[in-house]
Amino acid sequence: MNWIWSNSDYILDKTIVHLGLSVPPVILAFVISLPIGWFANRYRVSRGILTVAGLFYAIPSLPLLIALPVVFGTSLRSPVNIVIGLTLYGIALMVRSVADALAAVEADVTQSATAVGYSSWQRFWRVEFPLAGPVMLAGLRVVVVSTVSLATVGGVLGVNGLGLLFIDGFQRDITAEIVTGIVLTIVMALVLDFLLVLLGRVLMPWSRKDAELKPVAPVQARQKVVLP
Amino acid sequence: MNFFVEAFAWLADPVHWVGADGIPTRLGQHLWYSALSVVIASVIAIPVGYLIGHTGRGRSIAVSISGGARALPSFGVITLIALSVGIGLTAPIVSFVILAIPSVLAGAYSGFEAVDRKTVDAARAVGMTEWQIMAKVEMPLGLPLLIGGIRSAVLQVVATATLATFVGAGGLGSYIITGLRANDYPKMLAGSILVIALAVALEVVFSIVQRLVVPAGVTAGRPSDTRSKAARPGAVTATPLTKGTQ
Repeated sequence: MNWIWSNSDYILDKTIVHLGLSVPPVILAFVISLPIGWFANRYRVSRGILTVAGLFYAIPSLPLLIALPVVFGTSLRSPVNIVIGLTLYGIALMVRSVADALAAVEADVTQSATAVGYSSWQRFWRVEFPLAGPVMLAGLRVVVVSTVSLATVGGVLGVNGLGLLFIDGFQRDITAEIVTGIVLTIVMALVLDFLLVLLGRVLMPWSRKDAELKPVAPVQARQKVVLP
Repeated sequence: MNFFVEAFAWLADPVHWVGADGIPTRLGQHLWYSALSVVIASVIAIPVGYLIGHTGRGRSIAVSISGGARALPSFGVITLIALSVGIGLTAPIVSFVILAIPSVLAGAYSGFEAVDRKTVDAARAVGMTEWQIMAKVEMPLGLPLLIGGIRSAVLQVVATATLATFVGAGGLGSYIITGLRANDYPKMLAGSILVIALAVALEVVFSIVQRLVVPAGVTAGRPSDTRSKAARPGAVTATPLTKGTQ
């Protein structure tokens, strides 16, 4: 406990930096996943995108972060490298959510929208997008939680953030420092998750039932095997 | 791109394929830690998950554990446990088991949950005991989801096993960590390529296994109330005929 009080500035700095590492990838992943997910859902052939995304998500984070600089020309220890890596993971998770969400919009509804004269652009933004909202939100909640947790891996590379507390605590034999890092990571993930749920309630007041604070079971979220 | 060439040159160098720090040894360690931890996690989590899935009790706890575990930073867990039990094999194994349990648990109970309650009621109606329902109905039908859970656990552990070397336990991550410390980029890139290849290979294998374990007659994602013509007369005629001739 003493360690925490005497290092509160240090901890605060790491927390704020970590927040800065975690939030941009979530937003970027959502924005980039929208067109890709739409495309994957719209054309049968492009469902293969989802397989590729699933396979990409299987790539361990530390090796990915090391391989990225060769592809993107970023510096290994720069925060930009972490943000790119986390964005890619976010996309890999989110594309499936977007495609599933759009696929769940009833065909009758979209056809009605077309019938009353919506152009396909208007139909997407005014009908399909809002109706797909709750499922996309569920996906985004998974993305935000895993992103906050994954961002700690940057610590291994020496990138500033809560991950540094693990390295530093381990090397200097300070258990309190590691525990602080773990607790702050979990708290940050839960707070951001809660904010997303609130945002969902404000933006999609019709889906109060769907957007309840229910943790999403990981296997069900990733793997949709429907048994009769 | 030049770095990729150097990394592959590193991989192709025969020096790196022999000895205690050779690729086969490191790969063996990596697979051994991963397999051991997933097996221990399964022994703990599958019975618990089955119990939750069958009785429906404690479901909310299981959901929060498996959902909340996503927020748990694996790197933090491994360093924390290494600090408390010391450098060596115990720390990584214990932390991998902790990290693998939620996925396996989720796979086990969601596999049972995904079984249509009507099917379970039908099994009960024809006189199956609760044990028979579990063993003959829920387990086979829930197997694909259980394998899915084990698959997530394996991937999680294989990824985290990269950090095992950080607390002194070897594995493929040792190339990455020693490369990082020595600023030897081709070496850490080569290590990364090995881990990525391993993870992708396991993912592919598991996705195939997951498809293979779907019981005959059940097609995932499609309604199965359509019975194939070939199966029907066989099912009706085969058994009574053999019995009648005896």
